[in-house]
Amino acid sequence: MKYLDEYRDAEGAHKFAREIARITTRPWTIMEVCGGQTHAIVKFGIDQLLPREVTLIHGPGCPVCVTPVELIDQALELAARPEVIFCSFGDMLRVPGSKTDLLAVKASGGDVRIVYSPLDAVNTAVKNPGKEVVFFGVGFETTAPATAMAVYQAAHKGVKNFSLLSSHVLVPPALEALLNAPDRRVQGFLAAGHVCTIMGYEEYLPIAAKHRVPIVVTGFEPLDILQGILMCLQQLESGRAEVENQYTRAVRKEGNLPARQLIGEVFRVVPRQWRGLGEIPLSGLGLSESYQAFDAQRKFGVAQVRVPESAECLSGLVLQGKLNPRECPAFGSRCTPEHPLGATMVSSEGACAAYYRYRREPAEPAGIQTHH
Amino acid sequence: MKTDKKSPERQDCKTDFTLACPFPIQNYPRVLLAHGGGGRLMHQLIGGMFIPAFRNPLLEAQHDSTVFEVGGRRLAFTTDSYVVRPLFFPGGNLGSLAVHGTVNDLAMSGARPLYLSAAFIIEEGLSMETLWQIVSSMQQAAREAGVQIITGDTKVVDKGKGDNLFINTAGVGLLEHSLTIAPQSVQPGDAILLNGDLGRHGMAIMALREGLQFASAIESDSAPLAEAVLDLLRAGIRIHCLRDLTRGGLASALNEIAEAANLTPLVEETLIPVREDVRGACEILGLDALQVACEGRFAAFVPEGDAERALAVLRQHPGSAGACRIGNVTSQRSPRVLLKSTIGVQRILDMLSGEQLPRIC
Repeated sequence: MKYLDEYRDAEGAHKFAREIARITTRPWTIMEVCGGQTHAIVKFGIDQLLPREVTLIHGPGCPVCVTPVELIDQALELAARPEVIFCSFGDMLRVPGSKTDLLAVKASGGDVRIVYSPLDAVNTAVKNPGKEVVFFGVGFETTAPATAMAVYQAAHKGVKNFSLLSSHVLVPPALEALLNAPDRRVQGFLAAGHVCTIMGYEEYLPIAAKHRVPIVVTGFEPLDILQGILMCLQQLESGRAEVENQYTRAVRKEGNLPARQLIGEVFRVVPRQWRGLGEIPLSGLGLSESYQAFDAQRKFGVAQVRVPESAECLSGLVLQGKLNPRECPAFGSRCTPEHPLGATMVSSEGACAAYYRYRREPAEPAGIQTHH
Repeated sequence: MKTDKKSPERQDCKTDFTLACPFPIQNYPRVLLAHGGGGRLMHQLIGGMFIPAFRNPLLEAQHDSTVFEVGGRRLAFTTDSYVVRPLFFPGGNLGSLAVHGTVNDLAMSGARPLYLSAAFIIEEGLSMETLWQIVSSMQQAAREAGVQIITGDTKVVDKGKGDNLFINTAGVGLLEHSLTIAPQSVQPGDAILLNGDLGRHGMAIMALREGLQFASAIESDSAPLAEAVLDLLRAGIRIHCLRDLTRGGLASALNEIAEAANLTPLVEETLIPVREDVRGACEILGLDALQVACEGRFAAFVPEGDAERALAVLRQHPGSAGACRIGNVTSQRSPRVLLKSTIGVQRILDMLSGEQLPRIC
């Protein structure tokens, strides 16, 4: 397939791998921020092409995974209401709240619908004037413009039965939080290419300078990731700490200006609770003053729902890059995609899901053995 | 089976089923759509509830169709219900699918399909014209597949209590060979063949449901497979195992066989054909083409020495012109499937967990 196969080519991959091995002189630890990159790494086996000195650790860049359990519980409460049509990206449906998940709410009669675009939720609201349509806006800066556009259009078309449960989060504050941690292991970052297609990479410049850490804006295909790793290692080996752009075919320094303007119009930056990382100041997007009427938390009074995170799920450590999913005692036994303890096991960008799907050792099949 | 006697779900289960329910209900006090998705959750339901309830050696073989002996002749028997929405899709409709699916399940035992039953569950208000279109497609599909529909049933349910139309078909076929075509016959070293490109049926339906527009519509691969299989048998191919790639796609089929045979198939990603438009649609929706359903595709496990001949036979059938070899069964005694990725690294190829959910970004 054009624009895809070129970046999945074995010969190209091995060329980058040889160059990486050639220039690496000592141990380095690099974090890929985005869960999409984590999945590509584990799925294509990119880490297995790297020399022993290079360790990849997986970052918090799975928006579904960092959504705190209390926000999921708020979503579940809304979805169960008879007057509500609850619209969500498919990824959220299996994520466990403290007691249940959206799929189970759907099975119990809740009107839960998968949408591909937040605008579909606005259209659903127009078509169902007697219902309240709530869209669960989850994502980093990548999906924020689409959510912002939905709210903007609802406002301008006067669609009053549409509202947003916002769980949008921002990447740079999370990087800062990881870099400020006392036991920081990360020496270089692969920044999430898709986020930067929207936001550009100017906001990473002060982070790289302040923390003396190289940041390479990187794409999602195997060759993108290998080249991003190579660029990061070149910086580390030569003592540089700059922001570089591997993903030049999609990312410009200033990003997508109309998209950024729309985010600025509809949202304001708010403090946000991250699963595993705790509350990070100025790390989330909430609706700005003029769009408050579309805030589902306010409209339905669910903001008070407060739930502690499960003690058994160690996804907090996984999301900080402190624990590899396979080191978790529950991995593959008490925690599987069918019976997840946390979002990282079921999100298509979750690190635990990636290891379960692509790296798991064979286990006894669940249920009753039928062949003796 | 270990169960926690104190858990409330366990209590519910007891009252619901009077006998002790063998299925560890755990987080699933209710049936989810995912329990029918062809993935691990569905296998847990079958293995945890249906098999123990109805336990017998024929059922436990868990093949696409069950083979049993009557008066010295071996027969194959199977049933399947068809609930696809929308009723019509490029390349077929509910009626043609209801014939192809059941005929193909019989073919996977190497049987010559003979007779089908057809049961219609019709929602009040369905247009007679629509029903007729579907019935005539069934008639045509049955003629093409060389089977007769010899018994049936008609039920009409209240408006709102069905989704237009559900069809169940059961089928009987005759085995005219002496092979045991089943996962237990798979041997280390067997070649793994595929009769064509993957994922078209699933993506044809998905594209319709999600309103995805492509330059030209993706048409379903729905087709009868019995003739191709019978030709393999006529050519003397020593077929070890066949499996049609329906829900859960190639990934589920290979994992089911790996588990039943306790062997490790290894397939190469670059050898598995997936059409451009299907790949594109999968990329957009974040789905894996290897987990997408087909309705006219099957995997064949044959001895290495028969592989090339088998491919030549398959390629003479229009529906199997793209037949190819995608890998081998390794000598590892471990019930999992390995995939060599496009960049040459090995990983496991897992079956779907529940149902495929589109990704977020």
